[in-house]
Amino acid sequence: MEAIVAGRGEFKEGLYAGIGIAIGYFPAALTYGLLAKSAELSFVETMSLSIFVFAGAAQYIALNLIALGTGIFEIVLTTFILNIRHFLMSAALNEKAENESIWKKSAYAFGVTDETFSVAAMREGSINSFYMAGLVIISYSSWVISSGLGYIAGNALPQVVQESMGIALYAMFIGLLVPSLKQSMKAVLLAGTAALLNCVFIYSGTLSTGWAIIISTLLAAVAIEAADQMRRKGRSL
Amino acid sequence: MSAEMAMIVFGMAAVTYIPRMLPFLMFKGKELPAFWQGILRNVPYATLGALIFPGILTFHENLWFGIAGAGAAFLIAFTGANIIFTVIGSIGILTVLSML
Repeated sequence: MEAIVAGRGEFKEGLYAGIGIAIGYFPAALTYGLLAKSAELSFVETMSLSIFVFAGAAQYIALNLIALGTGIFEIVLTTFILNIRHFLMSAALNEKAENESIWKKSAYAFGVTDETFSVAAMREGSINSFYMAGLVIISYSSWVISSGLGYIAGNALPQVVQESMGIALYAMFIGLLVPSLKQSMKAVLLAGTAALLNCVFIYSGTLSTGWAIIISTLLAAVAIEAADQMRRKGRSL
Repeated sequence: MSAEMAMIVFGMAAVTYIPRMLPFLMFKGKELPAFWQGILRNVPYATLGALIFPGILTFHENLWFGIAGAGAAFLIAFTGANIIFTVIGSIGILTVLSML
């Protein structure tokens, strides 16, 4: 009984933590629905991608490729390359996941996106399936429902508001990061280094978006961990 | 839905889900060497940096729009405001700016 009550609290916390994501997904999915319609996908096809794939950037790019008449294999491969970054994110989340059955973990793993990962990873303490269920359900619902709304009535939202809402997810990332930046120099170095490397990779055209995020994250995380350990060893000598 | 489209949906769903699920299957958590655990603990901060830049500068065709949005979000967040307030406040400031 106590476990159920505690679980309900965690679930609510997850829902609450996901409000920012739900707001941010609204314009992104609205645009996706609108674009899908202009790429001449049917309503069912548009919704299927949102329901089964649940990956914003990949869905945008797939629309482009479908419109260009690209083959199935290329579309799937592009999606894979773009989304393999979530392997790294799930590995990081797994380190703070409570010990639960693999089925529960496999269920909430479906909902690991850049946004749900960021919110869950920045949470104090551990995460469990109740918290993740709340976080994923509110984010996923917003993504799926807004995709449908975009397909049906995407033109209804004034252009000015739609454009301004494009800042929402970035503002959420900043809102998640800033409290750590104020507390820890290591967080400043990590975020700053990865941001700089990502800009270099993208503007020089060396790497595609998916790889650029993985490589810049890994390089920053490894280099700063190594520097930190060397510094600590130096102090203990 | 055409057979081709159904295969696209299925293929995209599979290659998106597998990388998201595999780490939970492969690792129990906390069994990696300390150095790797340290790296994984660093990942969220580094990822956030890479997710924000350069994307925030280019989400709108006008670079100044992105810079203004970034400035607004950082300022609001630095006051210690709740994340929802940071999100809604940034949208509000950009809406007002674009109507000027």
